[in-house]
Amino acid sequence: MTELDPGLVGEQIAESDQISEPGGTGGEIGRSRRRKEDARLLTGHTRWTDNLVQPGMLYVMFLRSPMAHARITRVDVSGARGLPGVFAAFSGQDFADEQGSLPCAWPVSEDIVIPDHPPMAVSEVRYVGEAVACVVATDRYRAADALEAIEVDYEPLPAVVDMNDALTEGSPKVHEAGNQAFTAKITSGDIEAAFRDAPVLIDRTYIQQRLIPSAMEPRAVLASTDGDGFTLWTSTQIPHVLRVMLAVTTGIPEHKIRVVAPDVGGGFGSKLQVTAEEVLCLLLTRRLGRPVKWTESRSEGNLTVHHGRDQIQHIRVAAESDGRIRGLQVDLLADMGAYLMLVTPGIPMLGAALYNAIYKMDAYEFGCTGVFTTKMPTDAYRGAGRPEATYAIERVMDELAAELGLDPVEVRRRNWIRHEEFPYTTIAGLTYDSGNYEAATDRAMALFGYDKLRAEQADRRDRGDPVQLGIGVSIYTEMCGLAPSRLLGESNYGAGGWEHGTIRMLPTGKVEVITGTSPHGQGHVTAWSQIVADTLGVPFEDITVLHGDTAISHKGMDTYGSRSLVVGGVAVLQACEKVKDKARKLAAHLLECSPEDLEFAEGAFQVRGTDSRKTIQELAFAAFTAHSLPEGVEAGLDSDSTFDPDNYSFPHGTHLCAVEVDTETGMSKIRSYVAVDDVGKVINPLIVDGQVHGGIAQGIAQALYEEAVYDAEGNLLTTTMADYLLPSAADLPTFVTDRTETPATSNPLGVKGVGEAGTIASTPAVVNAIVDALRPRGIHDVQMPCTPERVWRALEGVRR
Amino acid sequence: MIPATFDYVRPGSLDEACQALASDEDAKALAGGQSLLPLLRLRLAYPSTLVDLGRLPELTGVHDRGDHVFIGAMTTHDEVMRSSLVNSACPLVALTTATVADPAVRHRGTFGGSLAHADPAADLPAVVLALDGVLVARSAEGEREIPAAEFFVDYLESALRPGEILLGARIPKLGDGWGYHYEKFHRTAQAWPIVGVAAAVRRSNGSIQEARIGLTNMGPTPLRARAVESALQGAELGDQVRQACEQAAEGTSPSGDLHAQPDYRRHLARVLTHRAIRTAAGSP
Amino acid sequence: MPRITVTVDGVGYEEEVEPRLLLVHLLRERLGKTGTPVGCDTSNCGACTVMLDGKTVKSCSVLAVQADGCDIVTIEGLGSPGSMHPMQRAFHEEHALQCGYCTPGMVMAAIDLLRDTPDPSEEAIREGLEGNLCRCTGYCNIVRAVRRGAQEMGQAVKSS
Repeated sequence: MTELDPGLVGEQIAESDQISEPGGTGGEIGRSRRRKEDARLLTGHTRWTDNLVQPGMLYVMFLRSPMAHARITRVDVSGARGLPGVFAAFSGQDFADEQGSLPCAWPVSEDIVIPDHPPMAVSEVRYVGEAVACVVATDRYRAADALEAIEVDYEPLPAVVDMNDALTEGSPKVHEAGNQAFTAKITSGDIEAAFRDAPVLIDRTYIQQRLIPSAMEPRAVLASTDGDGFTLWTSTQIPHVLRVMLAVTTGIPEHKIRVVAPDVGGGFGSKLQVTAEEVLCLLLTRRLGRPVKWTESRSEGNLTVHHGRDQIQHIRVAAESDGRIRGLQVDLLADMGAYLMLVTPGIPMLGAALYNAIYKMDAYEFGCTGVFTTKMPTDAYRGAGRPEATYAIERVMDELAAELGLDPVEVRRRNWIRHEEFPYTTIAGLTYDSGNYEAATDRAMALFGYDKLRAEQADRRDRGDPVQLGIGVSIYTEMCGLAPSRLLGESNYGAGGWEHGTIRMLPTGKVEVITGTSPHGQGHVTAWSQIVADTLGVPFEDITVLHGDTAISHKGMDTYGSRSLVVGGVAVLQACEKVKDKARKLAAHLLECSPEDLEFAEGAFQVRGTDSRKTIQELAFAAFTAHSLPEGVEAGLDSDSTFDPDNYSFPHGTHLCAVEVDTETGMSKIRSYVAVDDVGKVINPLIVDGQVHGGIAQGIAQALYEEAVYDAEGNLLTTTMADYLLPSAADLPTFVTDRTETPATSNPLGVKGVGEAGTIASTPAVVNAIVDALRPRGIHDVQMPCTPERVWRALEGVRR
Repeated sequence: MIPATFDYVRPGSLDEACQALASDEDAKALAGGQSLLPLLRLRLAYPSTLVDLGRLPELTGVHDRGDHVFIGAMTTHDEVMRSSLVNSACPLVALTTATVADPAVRHRGTFGGSLAHADPAADLPAVVLALDGVLVARSAEGEREIPAAEFFVDYLESALRPGEILLGARIPKLGDGWGYHYEKFHRTAQAWPIVGVAAAVRRSNGSIQEARIGLTNMGPTPLRARAVESALQGAELGDQVRQACEQAAEGTSPSGDLHAQPDYRRHLARVLTHRAIRTAAGSP
Repeated sequence: MPRITVTVDGVGYEEEVEPRLLLVHLLRERLGKTGTPVGCDTSNCGACTVMLDGKTVKSCSVLAVQADGCDIVTIEGLGSPGSMHPMQRAFHEEHALQCGYCTPGMVMAAIDLLRDTPDPSEEAIREGLEGNLCRCTGYCNIVRAVRRGAQEMGQAVKSS
């Protein structure tokens, strides 16, 4: 962290940055504990799904449609069946009666159309990559060979690639019911009055390009059966949700299905899905009676892991001449792709209440149309709806500032919710419990050297330097901690948003924590240990955290939407408190006092004013032997708890980015990046910083590098990492991160969530910087990703 | 993804290697495999046999041959960029090789493999062309010299005949007074160059006496920027050089693809040529 | 089928392999060395990076037959959970991994980088790791870890 004037801002956080050492009791929360997860991962003792083998295991591969849209007139798998090492080969027709339809759990509107979505296509394909047949062989080499022996005849149908075209009358249809998946509208305040005679009107259209999530671990599934029950190991973020959905989809009774998420190599939303391959591996193991494993290749994954973003955003702002916003109107087209997957239609709707962001206004209107196209379905990708909303509003705030000749920070100050106004109910109806945009912004500007960079910018402009400097501002909030079940119900989501935690004190005083969250890189084992260590007063090392197996963790809603700590961490805390309550009763019984006479400190109950005490470990053993328990107290020191939040949490922060734009080549290079985030109370600063770093990198990648490109025939052109560009270390700078700490009031830990913050904030910060560099030349937008060619074309456009 | 089946031979001598390649028209030479293996894995190539040149010591190494340096085809990029001989006698090859792919790929990928693959987006072909390198090939009929200008025939197509193996390339030593630069323009460090410019410049008394310029990815083969080379003769640093470089895209036929359209590539060729020349001439 | 001999993490193996067998599949599926994962099919991601005769290679882009007679070191041969290599320890201390999938390749690339540049600058580290992609960390802590690992390895050399 960069040195700061300690008097600069009010709410400084104390950063403890100690090296790992055996822990005592207390003081774990807020400490930069090194992760318990690391040693295994660093030495190759991993349990990626593709590492797992079962006796007699066979390998599955899928033949995928090369056509974006076609009728399947013939599938002949007989050529594959005779090949050496090939155990079986099937077409979609072979599973037509049992494969069901992949679920969509979020019918967001009354008018929604949810088309049938067979895991393996039977009569029609609607995107390149859709599975049409599969082979099962003794190894993956034989399976790959056998795919080439399958014959499929297609009768081509017209591809539907562009959303505007898709909605044009007479457009070819993706589904019989048409290309409109749903419409939604939210209005608050008198939008007409806000726009009538508004002194300033900004009207812009932004394109959120389609992204490929690109978790480093390709997906893999291993399914096996003992003739009665089924076990599915899969690279998923959602073992619990998946188990329910597999039961519903296949008709296999839920209690006969066990889902395990072993080590999972990143997800970013892409593994928040019920996939065709998971369903089919389950059905294949049922049909063949043998364990089957499927592992995708990266090029297969680029085609068939659900994509993210892909929206056209029309945004209009009406403002007073001093920059104060009167009203905001947003109209989205959201590309669903060919089908509605688990939460596909919900993604744009997650942003519905966030376009107004940190700003106060009199009126707001949000409209969204979901559109079917013959492309891979979209679904959750890091931030899911919230990055899109933040991008549009933060881009348009810069446009408003430019229109009025105001500094971009100043126009935001004039509109944002002031610290003293919290809790604040926004025009979109959310109640932000806490926040301090002033503190985070002041801190960020100081760290960034805002005024000095503005001076350099002016100097370069004056000199006509071919390398221009741009400064990008992005001040965001988001809604995290998904989610209050009551609110999910109101939005017609198919499940709740609570989370579960279990604490089991073992006879020897060690602690097993079971969590319903399903980490895949976030460090829950470490962070949950810190919460438990402080709450129960046991050593950090004495705690183990179990997760990701429905046979062990019987209840859970899994990991996505920056929810794990905010909901799951609190459930663990509550379970600890219940254990303590029981331990207190037991201690009082054993120490022959009243529970109220006991004080709990450093892992022991002590009779006030005496040295008579029982440690929690002693109590765990006493609860185990059960030789002497008080009336009504059962054996064993353990407890369960679920937590269902009353409200979302609202992390916020200020990100500032300086970009050098080479006006001769169009190349943009990030020179410095400062992020000051307020994620509430921090359990582990090291993990929080890591989440912010990674989030920023992904947001920058959307701004500069990534785009899933389909041609007019619906072929994906970016099928490999050679074409779909991801930044390496050589492409990114070191980010300066810092925090302010304004605790959430909606949960007892005061935490807000951090998984998506960096990604939400950074994309507009980068693009605002690029546009800021070019604005004096008459440029007010560059479409993402802001490739050198796009910047050059923008400059060419104004040169003419 | 998984390669389709192929036969594999690892010849112990050049003659055996030539014979193996000559006897099967679908056989393919395997050098470092850094371009070939991804193609095999994506099943974009189906060779019947791979002839592994990896155990033929006569194909590796860098040799001082008086007026030129001979770089063996199977010398890895890593060895080339570290070679003191290459660094001193043909620095343009060394500094360009250091920009090829990444360290792990440079440990396997070879100088000759990169040339024989004849990818116009690869960095080294433009360098060998700019330096008037001579490629040496061998078949059962004997050895043959192929000037770089004739070696790169078309997109992914070299002048090597069936049964012919690339032994290496002679890179003429340009002598004193030359400066060098390779200006590579790519969107990410890993990405293939959108355009690259290899420049060698001889300079005296503030003006350029002679220049050699090779262009990467400005057509189906690497190209010389001949018009710029002529215009630079005697050009003074400054406006004259700038004007000369305006002709960098003459005679080029860049393709349009995911990463750039032809007009942008032409524009880049002009800007990057100017930058390459200025840097090579030691005039930032 | 060709017969090859390889040494992997200090153990000698003799195997009959199909010519098309990728080195990474030999390691993972024949020899049980699953510490080295596969992340792509175009040699971009670097997750499968191992040392082949002391230098990094992407084991998805090397045929097992090409490794005949070679000495291979994977992440599993570097250190164990109880006794980590200084670079592994540095990754732990600096929180340079999240999901951990890129980590084996990243650690290998980092160690390789230090062969030539024992005290690398930030820029040298970033360039030296350009062949290894990470989707979680944004690379900040990886860069720090490599610097720390370099210092510790430098100390180890001095004190040995």
